[in-house]
Amino acid sequence: MEQFFQQLTNGLAIGGIYALIALGYTLVYGVLKLINFAHGDLFTIGAFLGLSLLTAFSLTDKLGFAMGVGALVLMIVCLVGIIGILLDQAAYKPLRTSPRLSAVVSALGMSIVFSNAIMLVFGPNPQVYPHGILPTSVLHIFGLPFPVKRLLLLVTSVVLMAALYFFIQKTTIGAAIRAAAIDQDAARLMGINVNLVIMLIFFIGPALGGAAGVMVGLYYGQIKWTMGWLYGLKAFTAAILGGIGNIPGAMVGGLLLGVIESLGSAYISMAWKDAITFVVLILILIVRPTGLLGERVAEKI
Amino acid sequence: MNDAPRFSKRQIIYAVVAVVWIVSPLFLDNYQTDVLNTVGLYAILALSLNVILGYGGMFHMGHAAFYAIGAYTTAILSTQFGVPTMWTMPIAGILAGVFALIVARPIIHLRGDYLLIVTIGMVEIVRIAIINDAVSSAAKFLNKGFMLLGIQDWALCEKIANASTGGPNGIFGVAAPSIFGFEINGIVNTTHYFFLITAFLAATILLFFLLERSRYGRALRYLCSDEIAAEGSGVNTSGYKLSAFVIGAFWAGMAGTLFAGKITFISPTSFTFAESVTLFMIVILGGSGYIPGVILGALLVVGLPEIFQDFQKWRMLVFGIVLVIMMVLRPQGIMPPKPPKYPIHKVDEREVTL
Repeated sequence: MEQFFQQLTNGLAIGGIYALIALGYTLVYGVLKLINFAHGDLFTIGAFLGLSLLTAFSLTDKLGFAMGVGALVLMIVCLVGIIGILLDQAAYKPLRTSPRLSAVVSALGMSIVFSNAIMLVFGPNPQVYPHGILPTSVLHIFGLPFPVKRLLLLVTSVVLMAALYFFIQKTTIGAAIRAAAIDQDAARLMGINVNLVIMLIFFIGPALGGAAGVMVGLYYGQIKWTMGWLYGLKAFTAAILGGIGNIPGAMVGGLLLGVIESLGSAYISMAWKDAITFVVLILILIVRPTGLLGERVAEKI
Repeated sequence: MNDAPRFSKRQIIYAVVAVVWIVSPLFLDNYQTDVLNTVGLYAILALSLNVILGYGGMFHMGHAAFYAIGAYTTAILSTQFGVPTMWTMPIAGILAGVFALIVARPIIHLRGDYLLIVTIGMVEIVRIAIINDAVSSAAKFLNKGFMLLGIQDWALCEKIANASTGGPNGIFGVAAPSIFGFEINGIVNTTHYFFLITAFLAATILLFFLLERSRYGRALRYLCSDEIAAEGSGVNTSGYKLSAFVIGAFWAGMAGTLFAGKITFISPTSFTFAESVTLFMIVILGGSGYIPGVILGALLVVGLPEIFQDFQKWRMLVFGIVLVIMMVLRPQGIMPPKPPKYPIHKVDEREVTL
């Protein structure tokens, strides 16, 4: 029972991270119907920027971190968001009217560019985050152990997700994003600046991904230039699991995938952990391509 | 009477290129010939991917999985069962083809970008299976079956029970291929291997050229240019796509044998996703659906970085940038196929919506 709870909380914590990355896929897919393959690498950029800034401002002790955390996360979020906008302008904007698969190849190219740029700048070896920033204490609730680190991670991602959800559902800009997702041409006719909406989603998505990158660095303590690839694929699986283009879907899918993966690696096999995700991905696409919360739409190939 | 030249300009160029290719080992050292061998091998692999991607129009990025299955089949049969390397070639092809048939059946109907993601998942699963030595687990399972049937002291059974991919360490000591008792060692004498690769490449080009010109190839191509129309006129679209997938996988499996025989050592690191991306890039950059384009792509993507050794570190970065620029400026590739002689009549969309 204790092991089950450990795995469950771990799964939820890591699932929260998947969900944050998945939101980036879902936002872009919702409006542009494009799988942004480079998104996972934006997440890695967030992780590396986080490390650079942490060491640059020597926020390595708990107090310094607590004070600087807000500013730091904000900085990374903005930086990664701006990189996201630049990515769109360079690689996707010229391809708005071309066949969708050209854009997919372009996205793949950008993914290769980003990951290799990180490798050239930071070197091919894994980088280590400073220790002891997140508390190592364990809370006991109803006799069950809850490591504070995990709770912190889960709460942060849930707060970020909730903020995004209210932004999309309750604000005028959110309404514009939703309108552009339904029909870009009609939205344009209603006076919505669709280009601005696209810039906005290319800011928000990567920004959340960048935040997730910092969280992974803090949680696992180690980051590598290739990690965006695996996290990206897992987050994409999470987005599909929940129904791509659907924001609550990405959240549910992320948490669910984290739990599936965590329990799977504990009860099936640790070595096959990553394969579990891909099996889930393939099964969903075969059985229910619209995901858990997605609705069936008529497809024009 | 006939003043027209007997050969077109294009044909003469191809003939010159072929002659230059064949005589080139005379002027090159061992290492440079080895680079040509690698280019040739990648050309064969990329041509097999071209059947799926270029003719079939399916965005398949898991080709390294088929290649890996072929290479591992050869390595296991050669080192653990003592089968001569060249004999394992058809078996490698068939196993890769059967695997393709099984995995492609349920996913073939998926739309382009989803198919891409699923094939990426597939190549990762295959790689994880190799690292975790799924062959060994399967062999042990099979052995239990043999024991239940009461055939446990048969020598072959014992060999089967010990079959293994070697996990992350890979397999050493794959026998060099030999033809009519003549051993072709790709490490000791790269020129010998060069002729083996060239012969196989020539066979590949001829076969896929015939395939392209055949009724089947034409059908595949028109189906990929307008799937809805083809489906509407009663063409078995998924059947055609599936068969293209299996042909490509079969050929990649056979190329896997050439690879394992060439370097005599294989490990999971040879079949990562980056390998699939390289193959994908060769086809897209060179000109998908056009055999000379694909070969040019192999020369550029695999050959060029070898010439500029200092460039190795920057290789992937530059290719990423080139890929993006190509998609923006010339999405059809450097050397795309000529448009079909009888173009499909494109209906003006405005007429339809009236």
